[in-house]
Amino acid sequence: MIQSVETHATIAEAQRAMGADAIYMAGGTLVMRDVNAGVTATRIVRSSDPVLADIRLSGDGVTIGAGVTMAMIAVHRDLTFLAPVARSVGGPQIRNMATVGGNLFAPHPYGDFAVAMLALGARVSVAGQSAAPRPIADVLRERGRIGLVASVQVPRPQAPADFGFLKASRIKPKGVSVLSIAAYLPRQGGRIRGARVAFGAMGPMPLQASAVERVLDGQSLDAATITRAAQVAVEGLDPPTDPLATTWYRREVAGVHLKRLLERMARG
Amino acid sequence: MAKTPIVFVLNGAERASFAEPGQNLLEFLRRGVGDLSPKYGCGQGTCGACTVTIDGQTHLACLTLAESVTGRRVQTAAGLATGATLHPLQEAFMENFAAQCGYCTPGMLISAKALLDRNPNPSREEVVEAISGNICRCTGYEPIIEAILAAAKGRARA
Amino acid sequence: MIEFRKEFFADERDDNLNEVGKPTRRQDILGHVTGRSPYFDDHLFDGLLHIRCVRSPHHHARIRRIDIAEAQSMPGVVRVLVGRDVPRNLNTLLSLLDFGIDDEPLLAETKVAYKGEPVAAIIAETEAQARAAVARVRVDWDVRPHVLDVEEAIKPGAPVVCEVYQTNKFIYHGKYDHQKLRYGDVEAAFARADHIVEGRYQMSPIEQAPIETCGAIAAPEVNDRYVCYTSTQALFFSLGTAAKMLTMPSNRLHFIGGTVGGGFGGKVDSLHEPIAILGAMLTGRPCKFAWDREEEMQVGAPRGAERWYIKDGVARDGRILARKFTGYFDSGAYTRLSSYAIIKGVGHLPGPYTIPNVHADVYCVFTNRTPATAMRGFGITGVDFAIEAHMDKVAEAVGMNPIDLRILNSYRDGDMKAHRRVAKNTALIECCQVVADKAGIALQASSRAASSLRDGGGERGRLPAHTALDQKGTVTGIDTGGYARKGGAPGRPAQPVPMPGYSMPAAATAAPRPPAQTPARPAATAASVASSQSTTPPPPPAQPANTTDRPRQGAMRFSSISGLRRR
Ligand SMILES: Cc1cc2nc3c(=O)[nH]c(=O)nc-3n(C[C@H](O)[C@H](O)[C@H](O)COP(=O)(O)OP(=O)(O)OC[C@H]3O[C@@H](n4cnc5c(N)ncnc54)[C@H](O)[C@@H]3O)c2cc1C
Ligand code: FES
Ligand code: FES
Repeated sequence: MIQSVETHATIAEAQRAMGADAIYMAGGTLVMRDVNAGVTATRIVRSSDPVLADIRLSGDGVTIGAGVTMAMIAVHRDLTFLAPVARSVGGPQIRNMATVGGNLFAPHPYGDFAVAMLALGARVSVAGQSAAPRPIADVLRERGRIGLVASVQVPRPQAPADFGFLKASRIKPKGVSVLSIAAYLPRQGGRIRGARVAFGAMGPMPLQASAVERVLDGQSLDAATITRAAQVAVEGLDPPTDPLATTWYRREVAGVHLKRLLERMARG
Repeated sequence: MAKTPIVFVLNGAERASFAEPGQNLLEFLRRGVGDLSPKYGCGQGTCGACTVTIDGQTHLACLTLAESVTGRRVQTAAGLATGATLHPLQEAFMENFAAQCGYCTPGMLISAKALLDRNPNPSREEVVEAISGNICRCTGYEPIIEAILAAAKGRARA
Repeated sequence: MIEFRKEFFADERDDNLNEVGKPTRRQDILGHVTGRSPYFDDHLFDGLLHIRCVRSPHHHARIRRIDIAEAQSMPGVVRVLVGRDVPRNLNTLLSLLDFGIDDEPLLAETKVAYKGEPVAAIIAETEAQARAAVARVRVDWDVRPHVLDVEEAIKPGAPVVCEVYQTNKFIYHGKYDHQKLRYGDVEAAFARADHIVEGRYQMSPIEQAPIETCGAIAAPEVNDRYVCYTSTQALFFSLGTAAKMLTMPSNRLHFIGGTVGGGFGGKVDSLHEPIAILGAMLTGRPCKFAWDREEEMQVGAPRGAERWYIKDGVARDGRILARKFTGYFDSGAYTRLSSYAIIKGVGHLPGPYTIPNVHADVYCVFTNRTPATAMRGFGITGVDFAIEAHMDKVAEAVGMNPIDLRILNSYRDGDMKAHRRVAKNTALIECCQVVADKAGIALQASSRAASSLRDGGGERGRLPAHTALDQKGTVTGIDTGGYARKGGAPGRPAQPVPMPGYSMPAAATAAPRPPAQTPARPAATAASVASSQSTTPPPPPAQPANTTDRPRQGAMRFSSISGLRRR
């Protein structure tokens, strides 16, 4: 049961105030569920740090504050490549509340935005640490131990067609993921260089599909390559069974949805 | 446990009340402040019956910490009418049979109002999108969509 | 676009309609759009207490001990309720209609039979405090084997779900472990049939999922009365149930309801009121007991699962000569309304078709699932799904278009139905013709020419010359209440029924008896219930026009139940 709510002026202070009896709350869309159900810590820690709501462009990248909401991303002029991802999260009210930082910590089947971050190879700045930002894959693997996230640095694709996102859900337009897929396929002279493909709702956290990446790398995005990529879609993934879909079903459809996404990206 | 005093603006009027630690805005508005128009349907963010706007943006009151509205403007369905004059959306909901049990209606109206405030002439798809976070178990949505479109066109009846 | 065609029911239509066909406003709509419609939770009380239940994490377990000491000392806790606080801790909803045996406690004392069954209730100053205290009630469980499948549940040696019904089957009319329908002789007809078509159909439970969860607020009122605001769909059932379980005259209870945030059947057998009122009685303060969404989904009574086996004997030309049903309703752990749903469902068999030989054995089975209750089309929807899926299967077997098959077998005005009432106002043929048109399906000339108003009655309006009867599933030594004995006699007041053991005859023997003693007499009129006690044959089939002014007091009794689910 919650005994107190603390609001700290900076994220670093909030970090210092954390402890085993505390939960950090950003948009609260997940934390408040637990608070309502009475199954959470005794202290809520928040931060009113204005940096958390910042979106800063820098060269070929963008730094997104952990407290930026999905709604803010959906309407930002320079983040059109991320708008479809942000718009896929929850319904309108959820998007007005849900933050980028919270999405990195959202348990299965949530975390659609984190899937896109993983595919883009984002880096994460942790509050109160002067060390270089950490690769997102590490953060996703170690969430729970990582501390508070201050911001995410995201490379911006050179061509809009280099990045694609797909979410399969049972309810439209709002609905939780049966699975989601993000693909970042930078191309040089028609060949893919440094493919990154990530799946959501196909494991305990967003997972990179290395087998797919290996198939795509160095190839052009033609029908044969797409077919081969779809064949290895589930390699290394570990989809759970939940009320939305079984392990079997998720394995069965992963390749189909990957194929659809890649075909859409190939059409440009 | 210390309660927190909260001063905020509800439907245009300044209000003050105390929140329990961890209390959500829905319970705070209903039991603390006495505005019973937002409804509890799930307490999990899935039904939208508790939808209110905070500084013009729709939020789910059940997932909002009461403290977070300090100094902000909250609007609920209870504040849609001006005196005895109903908001055009309310008229349109009445004329288009856009409610049966009526439990989802306050939240629907708030989502619809937030849409029309920023987009006075929405397409059907935009209306569907705008109410996609609100579940209605009775009407089947069509009359609700028609009512919102009708209100946007300035006519009560679709 | 639907056209409402005037030629149907022309003799019964009242065209002085001043609402139908015109847009109209709901009378309660102003409250809805202004957020002022008063649902049960929209009443403010100073010092309101909150109730949360301690629930079983197991499908089936005996309770060795419930330790409430720690919970009682938690901050904000005012009182903890357990089974022994409930004046009369055993009930079944339809006991108010003198039907069925009390089988379900408000708060379980000795065992739980489904996951989520309440064993204690915490009353605290805030909901959060009530939740925190729930987690501190220690229950010493003796976990028992459970059964979740209807056919597994009725096998010998299956775990006994509900002590009152030792074979996991509801007892009908004090006589049978299933509801029977016997009309003609299906076995003889199967022997003559060109095709035998069999099918198995299964429907899962369905949650009504109203947006408003179930709940009630009770508070002490003046003159030693209690006021209770409730989400019930069935205010007088709820009032009667609360008065019974709290052993107080109902005139001390002031129930206020009627503004319900969606029910769809799920708020018919509400048990919130007695807990909220008991809380108010024992604390002297207003108490709210409402489910959260998780409870609504987990313990809210759904439309129950049903499993149906259908066997048809079919002539080469597509006429269905005989239809045999074996049905299993999954009642969950307690009876609630499933016993009645079956009576209603059996009255509906064999669907809107005229089939001269019909046989049904339908079991109301107890399993360790959430107790089931009403939902739209209660008792009918599941078996209709089975029947219509089966009609398609029959059409395939005889190589006919499914719509032609339906028209051929369709009931018509004047036909005798298997529950021994004459069909009237039938319109299935016309409905099928319109569907075929809309779907662009070419019908046979005979289907095109058919009419619900022609060629019914006569031979088709007569009862079968011979109905094969049997005593299969006879149960002795059990009293399920006065329902079976009615026939005009005043109903026995609801009495606590001891839990009798009862015995089953070793073998099910077919013992032909005069048709008037047919045990299956579902939801019958007062007149025909009376006749089941005598040897008077059922009334001759009346012409449709005459049936309209026949008194129907008996049927009204049950239509008043089904009327409750129309929200
Ligand atoms: C009805 C509904 C629908 C939803 N639909 C979707 C969906 O379609 N897709 C999807 O991805 N998600 C969905 N979600 C989940 C959730 O809304 C999002 O994942 C959201 O981005 C979480 O952000 P938040 O700010 O609300 O997180 P919070 O609830 O505030 O926090 C969630 C977790 O993240 C931690 N956290 C938050 N910020 C930080 C930080 N800066 N540093 C470290 N830890 C932090 C919190 O401590 C907590 O453990 C849905 C939720 C609901 C209720
Ligand atoms: S009560 Fe808030 S979304 Fe359902
Ligand atoms: S009108 Fe009942 S939920 Fe919408």
